[in-house]
Amino acid sequence: MIGTLARDALLVSLAVTAFGLVIGPVAIARGKREWIPLSYAAIYTNFLLLTIATLAMIFALVTHDFSVAYVAQVGSRATPLLYTVISLWGALEGSILFWGWVLAMYAAAVVWINHERPGNLVPYAGTALLAVSLFFTILLIGPANPFGVVYPVPPDGPGPNPLLQNHILMAIHPPLLYLGYVGMAVPYAFAVGAMLSGEVERDDWIRITRRWTLASWGFLSAAIIAGMWWSYEVLGWGGYWAWDPVENASFIPWLTATAFLHSAMVQERRQMLRLWNLNLVVGTFVLTILGTFLTRSGIISSVHAFTTGTIGYFFLAFIAVVLVSALIMVAGVSDRLKTVGHFDSPASRETIFLLNNLFLTAFMFTVLTGTLFPLVAEAVRGVKVSVGEPFFNRMSLPMIVALLFLMGVGPALPWKAASPAEVKNKLFPPAAGALVLGAIALAMGIRNFYGVLAFACTGYALVANLREFYIGAAARRNAHGEGWGTALSRLVAGNRRRYGGYVSHMGVFLVALGIAASSSLRTEREATLVAGQSINIAGRTARLKNVWGREEKQRSVIGVTLELMNGETVTGRIEPRMNFYPTSQQPVPTPEVKSFLFGDLYANLQAFQPQGKNATVKLIWEPLVPWIWLGGGVVILGALIGIWPNRRRSVA
Amino acid sequence: MNWKRAAIASLFAIPVILLFAWGMTKDPKDIPSPLPGREAPTFTLNVFSPGQPPLQQSIGDTVKLASMRGEVVVLNFWASWCLACRDEHTTLSEVARTYAGKPVHFYGVLYNDEPANGTRWISEMGGQSYPSLQDPKARTAIDYGLYGVPETFFLDRNGRVAYKHTGPVSAEVLARVVDSLMAAPVGPVAPAVPAKAGG
Repeated sequence: MIGTLARDALLVSLAVTAFGLVIGPVAIARGKREWIPLSYAAIYTNFLLLTIATLAMIFALVTHDFSVAYVAQVGSRATPLLYTVISLWGALEGSILFWGWVLAMYAAAVVWINHERPGNLVPYAGTALLAVSLFFTILLIGPANPFGVVYPVPPDGPGPNPLLQNHILMAIHPPLLYLGYVGMAVPYAFAVGAMLSGEVERDDWIRITRRWTLASWGFLSAAIIAGMWWSYEVLGWGGYWAWDPVENASFIPWLTATAFLHSAMVQERRQMLRLWNLNLVVGTFVLTILGTFLTRSGIISSVHAFTTGTIGYFFLAFIAVVLVSALIMVAGVSDRLKTVGHFDSPASRETIFLLNNLFLTAFMFTVLTGTLFPLVAEAVRGVKVSVGEPFFNRMSLPMIVALLFLMGVGPALPWKAASPAEVKNKLFPPAAGALVLGAIALAMGIRNFYGVLAFACTGYALVANLREFYIGAAARRNAHGEGWGTALSRLVAGNRRRYGGYVSHMGVFLVALGIAASSSLRTEREATLVAGQSINIAGRTARLKNVWGREEKQRSVIGVTLELMNGETVTGRIEPRMNFYPTSQQPVPTPEVKSFLFGDLYANLQAFQPQGKNATVKLIWEPLVPWIWLGGGVVILGALIGIWPNRRRSVA
Repeated sequence: MNWKRAAIASLFAIPVILLFAWGMTKDPKDIPSPLPGREAPTFTLNVFSPGQPPLQQSIGDTVKLASMRGEVVVLNFWASWCLACRDEHTTLSEVARTYAGKPVHFYGVLYNDEPANGTRWISEMGGQSYPSLQDPKARTAIDYGLYGVPETFFLDRNGRVAYKHTGPVSAEVLARVVDSLMAAPVGPVAPAVPAKAGG
């Protein structure tokens, strides 16, 4: 019943999208401006139809309508309501539906906001978004149809993948990822619009999409951090990043998007890097589709891989179409993109941005190569090989520390050219920060070269960024006689984009310190304990109180209670568990993490005696890991500051 | 149009697309199992669904692997909540019927499911020609290292796992494997269907 409604909505969506896709270009070609609203109407209608289909799916999930194929595949009567709702994105078909809906939402919003703009940029951008939408609607009707009919209707379903119903972050990470991934379609569509409408020599498309790009980048950053956090809290290995293909798939477009956020400023300020920016935007979009392809085609095995069918071929065809059309368009306009400005001096912000772009792009190629290497190796040598963490770490560490250092240099230098005095005043004092944090790293016991260097570069950049706030606020105090608080808040409000960026930098520094410390100084202890015995780690003592079990509606739980001791007093408790789900043979480890200012105590239950006599627990001291999550929050705060509308519209 | 740029970009793009197209022909889901070639884990399970003549057995009958020595056994793990199991159901039922009277046994093993759900599913799906067994606490599934459902295990006449099939099984695979296992002599020989290299 509800499935029929949704299937019809998708079929209508196919027709509406196809109509909109044709009417826009026809209207432009024939010079019939009055037809263009029809193309916009198709975008709004498509959003409405996909909203109906998505709500229908949520309704079917919540009412356990197992006649709907997707519900029969991921639903179960025992699953709690929240996890039932979020299983919308827990498997292939649902995630494609959700994806299509987010895309339709972006398209409707961006067209709604810009529909009054004269010229052909917005109509062409809308058409490009419709083309992407059409692809997803085809997937939803064809190889990823979530509304297939199941008959006879099963009495119950297997429930979502246990790993996906074991932690609340599963409600947060995927939607953020889709919002970030799909959002990259907006700058792409406007880049296409700019190329097709002949407005590519003007930089309007970059200005119009600035907030969209920044918001998508913010979502993607948040999604990556949330994914790291999920992996840390759920998988029980105490790590947060393993260079898994799917992690890489989200990180690769993040690198090019980050590069674009910086190089777009160079284009706006100095009218340079236009062709480069077009390439970055198109590349970022292609990389998001590539990431989706990698995770959904089953071409590369990964812990995250979705179940597959023929959908991979559709994605492959789509990537080919996007790549070829983008190649033709970019090559077609490239001769018209004469750079107006030029690099005046190596000591200038734009030079640093150029360097940052080169490093980020090199980083992107490194991760991409490492991710695709198994496939290349199998094609060339017929053997399955994976390059693993050592490759990624060795290749990326030099680029990471270089980028951290540049994050200090860029903000300190002015546009165009810095005078020798400016260079001296701005670039030398932050070295004190490098010395201090480098010394702290050594005092903490970090001995590996890149660990210490990462601390030192972060120290340098941290001081350089803080000084920008200080210098700006001090100038306002002198000029307007404001207090520090007022001066600082008005400084930020006066140039949200710039200072929002510096706030995001602060977040990155926290993340960098967290990663450098935890990967250098992590310690772990594993012991089999009987009640009353204790285990020591990093100056802390945990005593086993008992091993317990309980039955929950959708699972059985075995857990241990460890008491954190200070002498003979109990200061806290930590309860790692194992959850047993009926459809999975493997227990799902459910570690517990106690956070302190300077690190996490991470406890995982490794094994237990059936009678509860003893239990094997692993304790890990994870220095500064909470700083990573905090830093993620600060990065998002910076993005929010940058997106927030200026009170006066004229301020660029 | 800048043809030079277009050519350089194509030089990067085309090999990547070709690489993916080639990669799509590979199956990364080809999960290596250590079982093929090894002694099949023994089991003693009770029939909950009788099957149809001529393969019929009574409900409650005990089926022991040990008593089927010298004969080929096809074990298909399934569940009523498993959608892919529906795809292979008719095929399995029909192929099993064609082997009636030959030295081969087909058994379904219900995985993490209520026998009542299983019985209802079988009747709704139009019956199952061979008997299905219940596997309390999924003990046998654990012994066989089940990764998911459906999975089909082919045991040779020496009581060893000869081949494991992941996902819905086709009539061709069933016939090919069963025929080759029936043709193989009893005795200490290599498995008829060799284990995948690296497995």
